[in-house]
Formats: sequence, C-alpha cells, structure tokens
Amino acid sequence: MPDPEQTVLAGGTNGAGKGAVQERFFTRFTAAQRYMHGVLFSSFLGLAATGLPMRFSQSFWARKFASAVGGFGAIIFFHKLCALVLTVAFLIHLKNIFTRGIVNREKGIFWGPNSMVANWKDVKDLIGHMRWFVGLGKRPTFGRYAYWEKFDYWAVFWGMLIIGFSGYAMWFAPFFARFLPGWALNAVLVVHSEEGLLAILFIFSIHFVNTHLRPDTFPMDMVIFTGVESEAEFKHKRPEEFDKLVKEGKLESRLGLAPATWWINFARVIGFTAILIGLTLLVLTLSAYFS
Amino acid sequence: MKFASTIALALGALLYAAAPAVAQGNSDCLACHGDAGMQDASGHSVSVDGHKFDASIHGPLQCNNCHTAIKEYPHPEQKTPVKCETCHADEAAGLVGSVHADGKDHPCTSCHGDAHSIVPKSDPKSAVYPLNVPRTCGQCHGTEGMAKKHGLASVYPLYIDSIHGFALSKEGLLVAANCQTCHGSHHILSHTDPKSATYKVNVPETCGKCHAGINADYQQGVHGKAVAAGKLGAPVCSDCHNAHAILQPTEAEFRTQSTPICGSCHKEKFSTYRDTFHSQLGSLGGYVETARCWDCHGAHEILPASDPRSPINKANLVKTCGRCHTGANESFVQYQPHANAHNRKLNPALYYIGLFMNLLLVSVLTFFVIHTLLWLIRQRIEQVKRKSTEGGNNA
Repeated sequence: MPDPEQTVLAGGTNGAGKGAVQERFFTRFTAAQRYMHGVLFSSFLGLAATGLPMRFSQSFWARKFASAVGGFGAIIFFHKLCALVLTVAFLIHLKNIFTRGIVNREKGIFWGPNSMVANWKDVKDLIGHMRWFVGLGKRPTFGRYAYWEKFDYWAVFWGMLIIGFSGYAMWFAPFFARFLPGWALNAVLVVHSEEGLLAILFIFSIHFVNTHLRPDTFPMDMVIFTGVESEAEFKHKRPEEFDKLVKEGKLESRLGLAPATWWINFARVIGFTAILIGLTLLVLTLSAYFS
Repeated sequence: MKFASTIALALGALLYAAAPAVAQGNSDCLACHGDAGMQDASGHSVSVDGHKFDASIHGPLQCNNCHTAIKEYPHPEQKTPVKCETCHADEAAGLVGSVHADGKDHPCTSCHGDAHSIVPKSDPKSAVYPLNVPRTCGQCHGTEGMAKKHGLASVYPLYIDSIHGFALSKEGLLVAANCQTCHGSHHILSHTDPKSATYKVNVPETCGKCHAGINADYQQGVHGKAVAAGKLGAPVCSDCHNAHAILQPTEAEFRTQSTPICGSCHKEKFSTYRDTFHSQLGSLGGYVETARCWDCHGAHEILPASDPRSPINKANLVKTCGRCHTGANESFVQYQPHANAHNRKLNPALYYIGLFMNLLLVSVLTFFVIHTLLWLIRQRIEQVKRKSTEGGNNA
C-alpha cells in the first residue's frame, strides 16, 4: 500500500503532506518525449495483445480472443497497424537524435552524464547498486539516466530493430527473399517471436517493477505522464544530476509547473489500464509458456 | 341392368345366408376394414383406406394376394405377418444376412411404410424417394436409443448438416448422396464386413460411383496405392472427409479442421508445421487462406517430393508457393515449411539461432528477476527504517 506521503511525492498536488505546499517541480521529460512514450506503450500493448495469440495460437485464450475480435484477419491487421505506428515513432526518434546530435552538434547526446549511451559509471553503479541490495555498501548516486533506464532504452531500441526487421521480412517475404537466403525466412519467425516474447516478459515484469511498482515509486511513476517531479523526488532519485544543476546554477532553468489534478488523474487511468493489460498478458503468456 | 343387379343381390343374399362366405373382392373386406376405427383384439388399427389403397402401387391386387391365410369370412385374427417375398423375391433375398435381417419390426414396412398406401419409389410421397430416404432411415438412426442399443452413432444429424445433406434437403438434388447411395438398400452390411460398400478398402469405389475423377486421382496418389496394396493404415475418403459429417472442403470449417486430420498419422510433420507461421495464422480462425497440408501436397493425387509431378517437387516449388505468395522466387522457396528448430542436424542455422535467442531470453530475465527482487527487498527495508526515524518520508 502506498503511504500518503508518497502519493504527495508522486503526484504532489494536493499539498496534504508536511512542507508540500511550497513544493517546487522540475522538468524531466519534454512533451514530445512523453507523447513518444504514450505512442510507444500503446502500440507495444497492441503488438503484444495481437502478437501473443499468434505465438501461442494453440492456447485456449488465443482462439477465444481471436474469434472475439474477428479472427486472424483482424489480429494481423491490428498487429501490422501497430507495427506501422511504432515504426514511424522509431523513425521520428532516429531523426531527432540525428538532428540534435549530428546536425545541431548538441553536446551530451552521444556521451556524458545526460546521454543514453552506457559508460563506465553505469557499470560501477550496477555493481554498487547490487552491493547495496545485499548490504555491502552505500546506495550509488544516480545521474539523469540510471543504468536500468539505459538498459530499458537500448533493449527497446535493438528490440525494435530486430523485431521490426524480422517482422517486415515476414510481411514482405517474397521481396526479402531477393536478397536473403531461404533459411533466413525460417529464422525470422524464430527471432521475431523469441525477441518479442523477451520484450513482453521484460516490459511487463521488469520494467513495470523497476520503474513503477517498486516501493519508491509505487504504484506508478507519474513523471513520464506529467513530465515533472517534485524537488524531493528529484533529489532522492537522481542526486548527481540535481547536485550538478545546483553547482552549475542551472536548476532554475528546469523549473516546471505543478501538474494539474485532472491531468494526473487522467494519466493514472491510462497508466493503470496499460499496467493492467500488461500484467494480464504476462499471466496469459506465462500460463501458455509453461503449459 | 336393373334385373342383373337384382339377381346378383339375390344370389349374394342366398350365399350369405347359406354358408360361411368366400370373400372375393376388396370391397368385401373393406366393408369392415374400411371403418377407420377398426382395431384388432390387441388394439392395433386394422383399418384400410380404400381410396389410398386403390391409388397405391398395390391397388390392382386383391387383399388375399398378400393376406393369403384369409380365405373366408368371418376369419380368425391373423397372427403371421404378410410375406412380401412372394412377389419381391430379390429384395427379400438381399435382406438375408444384412444388418436389418433380424429386426423385430417388419423388415419391409418399417422402411417402405404401410403396404396399403405404398407408392413407387419415384413418387415424391414414397418413404424411399431419394429426398425422403434420410428421414426414413433417421427414424431409427437419428435417435440416441438406437445409438446406445447397437453402439451406432446417431448419424442422421451429422448427415443432414453435411454437404450431401444440404444438397439433398436444401437444393433438392436427386443425385445428392443419400443413405442408400453408399450403404445400399436391402443388402446393407456392416462396415466391418469385407463385402460391405463401406468397408475401408471399398470406400474409394463407393464414393467413386459419383466422384469418379477424384477417385482416379486418389488411386494415383500414395494413399490410394497404399490401400490398394493392402496397407490399411493409409486413409480412404472417409478418414479425411468423415463418413457422414462431410463438409465442403474449400470452406473455413473444413480448412481449419483439416490439418489435425493429416496430423493424426503424420505426427512429426504436424508438429513441425505447428511451429511455423502457416499454422499459427491458421489456428486462429477467420483466416483460412494460410497453407494447409493439401494446399502444398495436393489432396487426392498426393505424390512424394521425388516425383516430378508432385507440387512439392523442387522444380514445381516456385509455382506451388507462388499460388499464394505472388513473386515467390528460387530463394523464397528455400523456406522450409516443416523446419524443426530443435533438430541440430537437419536445421543447424535455425537451431543455433533458436538456442541463442533462448539463452538471451533466459539470461536477461534471470539476471533482472534476481536484480529486481533484491532491489524490492532492500528498498522496502530502507523505507521502513526511514519511516521509523524520519516520519515516513522516502526522500
């Protein structure tokens, strides 16, 4: 159960906690990034919900679900539709990286504390974090993106490349057969379904818990929806980034507005729905996998 | 005329008065039996509708042509059934030894109906008119009681919903197979009898009476040759299509249930097929276009891949796959529709890719499950600690 103080930290609007009235909020994600996450998880849920019945086509729920939505024809239609949406989102992301990192030569995209690229500190953080788990040291101080967040990012990044490529290879098999050997057409299904399964199991168990369901953020980290987090939360979760901003005197530049209550409630409904769908699919997947 | 009839009446009255009368005309019998309510001692109706009788195929006959035991009036109650074989010798001979030979009911009338109103089988009112045959047989073979008593399936509902049943009941096709088309009429033998038209080996010929072209194809294929060579494990028509619940093979219902039928013998091929996209799509219903066994192998003239006429012969693959996959080329048809990712020798590339993917999946998940569980425990401990010292703020 979340304690009330935590709700204040996560939501931070109702001002019920001690000293929460004057709470400052700092921007973590831009609107574009939040919309990207929204598109990403909706299309991913769609892909998972339509991909799993194909992967486990012999299970009782696959057939029931398929017939409920209009059979395989409907399933593959939605699967391809979501795939197209996700592909477009991925291309937009690549274009953004390209523009920011290469055209505008923005610093810190490909390296540094604000980059998604893993560095030596992430390895040290991982080891230090795990030492902390078992009581062998202090909790590491994390920067803007912690190692598990970077892992999430790259898992999704490579996952989209691999699953996307193998998916399109099946969709346009005769075309891909012009430059792929015949056995590759067999391989793409194995790769597609195994990598897809990994993505589904990972997102619906590890990502959900790491990011949303663990005690610090339970039941949901709202920052991906509101874009802002309270000062206390910022300090606690990413002390290194916070200290750096303070030291450089840039903290004020990150000040954001407290999120509106209606938006938090709306985001909660969306977020919990997504988590609920995800957990349902996780249970169905595990039941099919082990039966 | 008046005189003649008076004489006749007088004679009749004389004869009637003189001695037990000899019944000679049907009208004599109908004088009593024409009464619709007439019953024998045990309460069975013994009435005959004279008009119907006259209109029946037996109309020209005299009552005592069949009821031979009755020669005079009044007559004792008749206990022995009428012997139809007096005239219908061939049919009666056929019945001997058939499954219906020892029926308790009258062997003829239970199918043909009341002999007093019987009409030719070409008459739509006949119980054995082709369109009426299933209903007639279904009187017994459509009931659970019959099914239990003789261990026979209640086949009438299966038949009537089949393609044959539809052709007969909905389209009114006289050529549609009804019960007797396959089973015969009088000399019906159990399907376990080698002489039966429905004995396994004889089934292709029985179906081939109508489906001659299919039968010719079948005889050329591996299944037909195997059955002809006495290998009874190979399927005949009814093994794949069913005997009674025959579906239109191009329609969704049959397409979706056809692969497990082949798979009941070709287990390994079925299991590898199930791992492929073709099967995964096909199992979900509503999408029946995906390749089933017979889309690639053929249905009746199934030939081994080594045969140049076979659709799965190397030389024909581009054409066969191209039926669905427009633009299929030589490289495309290298795809293995029965690839086994678990078989290192047969499909090494697939085996190692599958192995790699599985290792990746297992190692990533194992690492993160342990990582995240430990994290959960540690964070909860810290949270509780902090709560007790700082009043429950997790910051």
